[in-house]
Amino acid sequence: MSEAKSSVGSVAGRKVRVPAEVIDSLGMNYLVSLPRRIVAVYLPLLVFVIVLLFPFYWMTITALKPDAELLSREGNPFWVMNPTLIHIKKLLFETAYPDWLWNTIVVSVVSTFLSIFCSVLAAYAIERLRFRGSRYVGMSIFLAYLVPPSILFIPLAAMVYKLDLFDTRLALILTYPTFLIPFCTWLLMGYFKSIPIELEECALIDGASRLQILIRIILPLAVPGLISAGIFAFTLSWNEFIYALTFISSSEVKTVPVGVVTELVEGDVYHWGSLMAGALFGSLPVAILYSFFVEYYVSGLTGAVKE
Amino acid sequence: MTVLAIQQTALSRALDNRTILGLLFMLPAATLLLVFLTYPLGLGTFLGFTDTKIGRSGIWVGLENYRYLWGDAVTRLALFNTLFYTFVASVIKFGLGLWLALLLNKHLPFKAFLRAIVLLPFIVPTALSAIAFWWIYDSQFSIISWALLRMGLISGYIDFLGDPWMARFSTIAANIWRGVPFVAITLLAGLQTISPSYYEAASLDGASPWQQFRYVTLPLLTPIIAVVMTFSVLFTFTDFQLIYVLTRGGPLNSTHLMATLSFQRAISGGSLGEGAAIATAMVPFLLAAILISYFGLQRRAWQQGAADQ
Repeated sequence: MSEAKSSVGSVAGRKVRVPAEVIDSLGMNYLVSLPRRIVAVYLPLLVFVIVLLFPFYWMTITALKPDAELLSREGNPFWVMNPTLIHIKKLLFETAYPDWLWNTIVVSVVSTFLSIFCSVLAAYAIERLRFRGSRYVGMSIFLAYLVPPSILFIPLAAMVYKLDLFDTRLALILTYPTFLIPFCTWLLMGYFKSIPIELEECALIDGASRLQILIRIILPLAVPGLISAGIFAFTLSWNEFIYALTFISSSEVKTVPVGVVTELVEGDVYHWGSLMAGALFGSLPVAILYSFFVEYYVSGLTGAVKE
Repeated sequence: MTVLAIQQTALSRALDNRTILGLLFMLPAATLLLVFLTYPLGLGTFLGFTDTKIGRSGIWVGLENYRYLWGDAVTRLALFNTLFYTFVASVIKFGLGLWLALLLNKHLPFKAFLRAIVLLPFIVPTALSAIAFWWIYDSQFSIISWALLRMGLISGYIDFLGDPWMARFSTIAANIWRGVPFVAITLLAGLQTISPSYYEAASLDGASPWQQFRYVTLPLLTPIIAVVMTFSVLFTFTDFQLIYVLTRGGPLNSTHLMATLSFQRAISGGSLGEGAAIATAMVPFLLAAILISYFGLQRRAWQQGAADQ
């Protein structure tokens, strides 16, 4: 009931219920007739949704089509006549796909937890301890977020080689935090700012140490922020491409995006069915995770941009 | 016993000191960022001045790499492609993203659901959705060609990724597909913070919907537009995955971006120094893009805010 009439937005990282009148913000909408509304709102929206979702539909349908249907120009290409699981079977049992999936999970989970751990401490120090120079540290964290991986991968490749980390998962686990920590710290700083400082002062008077305050008071209150940061970090590391492409060469250490792009594309004949199945199964985990935590994800995204 | 107690108090006093505790808390994040972000940033700049190859450390050659790249036709083409790609994709992403945000800001059924599925292209791995686009753009089995042919709009299959200009626009289209959701959802969050009383006042004064958009929505949205577009330009300018998967820079280097070219020269070709020089050459353009989109729009917001007072 309330979900239909209002929507959850976020202001400075905090959730705010926006009443329906606000959503209908262009005022006097009741004067706009239905046909006009269909042409001006529903039709463009429908086109947007179809275009945005079509590649996913196409991925799915291609993964289920037998080769004969895939390579035929006859019949209706938008539907599959004789669905087959042969491409998926080939992907799972004749390629290293399960290995890639496992690598991606390990790398994403470990680098996410590592980044969250570092970010919580850093964000608390910058936002609440306010040590000397903390403002500048906060600024440089934001600047670090603006450094794109495309200009870091060459020197990092040289370093990874020197440190003897080439072709290991550890290379990815250690380099992913370079883009995860700035983002998570920035996000968590916003959340910590919204927690009343009086709570902390009370605990200090009661004799709690800073670490106790962080663990017992701040973290339980910042759970939504931690979930946002976690989901975001996990998705970003799952989707990472250029580092994984550069630092890994053996098939059994590759991640899903790199494995699908470099190993499933072989020779002159493309196996479109298994390629699409690979793309689909690589996208599903993040899509499912996202579907459970949409609100956290969106508030993380918009909160980080708005700060 | 007493020594231990004194040590303990000294320790706890040190931990009560904000600066010492703050630095201690910063330690894990700072170590990782300094070692794997700041240092490589400097190392990359340094490598750009050397002739380092993979497996062989190089010597200082000064501006040699940059001099060579400046005369290199492929690098110049890559620079043009990057600027073209960034400009066209960013402008269209902004236009479509703002439109989508305005549509989603209306009172709609299944609003939360709509917003969730609209963001899907942004959250799935780009490399994997690029593979779907590769199949959609296939020269023999493209579904777009099939549909247009059936409608009688074209006479033969389109070679989306085979012709230089076709390839440029096809990759730009894929980039727009991925970027519009980000722009739309973040701008939508901005739209929801605009108080409806402004619109009420404007409509009482007889403002048309266009005037309401032009004189209420746009000025109030400008600060967030500046931030969103700064990020969008940044992501687009340094794009790598989409091009690498769709064309690897071809045909005839017509879709090579700075990032893909530096990868090709440094990793595939082994000339780390040259690749690093290309990557470093991106930095001034990035800074310029950030400054233009950020301060340009920021100043506009300030001017309009000042005019209102």
